[in-house]
Amino acid sequence: MEEVKLFGHPASPFSCRVEIALKLKGVHYDFIAEDPSNKSPQLLQYNPVHKKIPVLLHNGKPIAESLVILEYIDEVWKTNPILPQNPHEKAKARFWANYVEEKCLPALFKTFWSVGEQYDKDKAEAGEVLKFLEDELQGKKFFGGDSIGLVDIVANFMAFWFRTIQEALGLDVLTKDNFPKLWEWAENYVNCSDINQFLPPKDKLIAIFPPPYMGQHLVAFFQSRLAAAAAAK
Amino acid sequence: MRARVALEEKEIKYEHKHEDLDTGNKSELLLKMNPIHKMIPVLIHNGKPVCESLIIVEYIDEAWKGKTTSLLPSDPYERAQARFWADFVDRKVYTYGRQVTWSRKGEEQEAAKIGLISSIKTLEEEALGDKLYFGGEKFGYLDVAVIGLCSWMYTYEIVGKFSAEIECPKLMAWAKRCMERDSVSKSLPEPDKLYKGIMELKMSFGLE
Repeated sequence: MEEVKLFGHPASPFSCRVEIALKLKGVHYDFIAEDPSNKSPQLLQYNPVHKKIPVLLHNGKPIAESLVILEYIDEVWKTNPILPQNPHEKAKARFWANYVEEKCLPALFKTFWSVGEQYDKDKAEAGEVLKFLEDELQGKKFFGGDSIGLVDIVANFMAFWFRTIQEALGLDVLTKDNFPKLWEWAENYVNCSDINQFLPPKDKLIAIFPPPYMGQHLVAFFQSRLAAAAAAK
Repeated sequence: MRARVALEEKEIKYEHKHEDLDTGNKSELLLKMNPIHKMIPVLIHNGKPVCESLIIVEYIDEAWKGKTTSLLPSDPYERAQARFWADFVDRKVYTYGRQVTWSRKGEEQEAAKIGLISSIKTLEEEALGDKLYFGGEKFGYLDVAVIGLCSWMYTYEIVGKFSAEIECPKLMAWAKRCMERDSVSKSLPEPDKLYKGIMELKMSFGLE
């Protein structure tokens, strides 16, 4: 009998990635919700280096870092592969997954924290980064082709987390007009039953963003921006 | 460095093309094969490009499966551990190393030095331990991921003013073992030459 546990958080895009992959593979698991301000002794034992979620525990052995966990899941459970078999196609998928994680995530995230001229600059930079992804989607429903693959799973924050907070703040970084393919991809993505069951309710996400460990000054800044956006509507 | 070591370990014949990394001088081939990052390394296999050093190493292992032993372990859990530590090396060790190398003397450099030494010690204790190689008895993927330290550590030591022999003796012993392998000695720049080159660059940028 296999034992699979996931230490995660219901509102974390990183922990959500792992849940999507496990669901696609039909793997049963126990979800252990961690409180980032009060981490459990087990989490600290299983991920002593980074002390973060998600951590997958498979038959007592821990694996940390969401991208590492996704590759592990794909290698252990062969149903519905999330990576192509062909080495060159696999390398391309890994490249784009890295691109989304290392370039897109920080560039998009930055736009939450700037105003005025700096916002325009950050929005333009994010646009430059997103352009390559828009091109990559040409002729495809998902980055993985007809079905969801590694890149789609890693880009989950773009489809849901980013767009939800963008809307609440009244921003216009990733819109249907400026990135039609990405927008369509995001709409298809969040409507997938294998995915939307793991997405937190929008109002709950906005209520807990940003996480306190990011600093009270950011929490305060975000609250004031939310209020300004609501007043402007 | 990683790509070359991996190719040598797998005994694959390849052509090495040196790139001038000044923005205006990058070759058309590089810009065509890596239009997104415009950076080396890029492996071109039968006309198709593969970018990003760790992705290239995994590609080499998969595309030439069966030719010499695998770089990655066969067990999925061991593979996950190797990938976890390779990510740690990039995210922590090399990031701090770059900061130590390129920042001006002062608080920023001090903080980076503390981060560098701490992350190197973690790597040594948790990933290497008393093994011959990161891969265990055999040189493998994680050794390739860390291999740059064999050349870079000298620069870090001088700029950061610390002794790697004192801070991480097991890692230094590993580095000596690795430099005895043809695949590594052929592919890596000599530490003092690398240091001189970096110092020249720093001076030309007005950082020294």
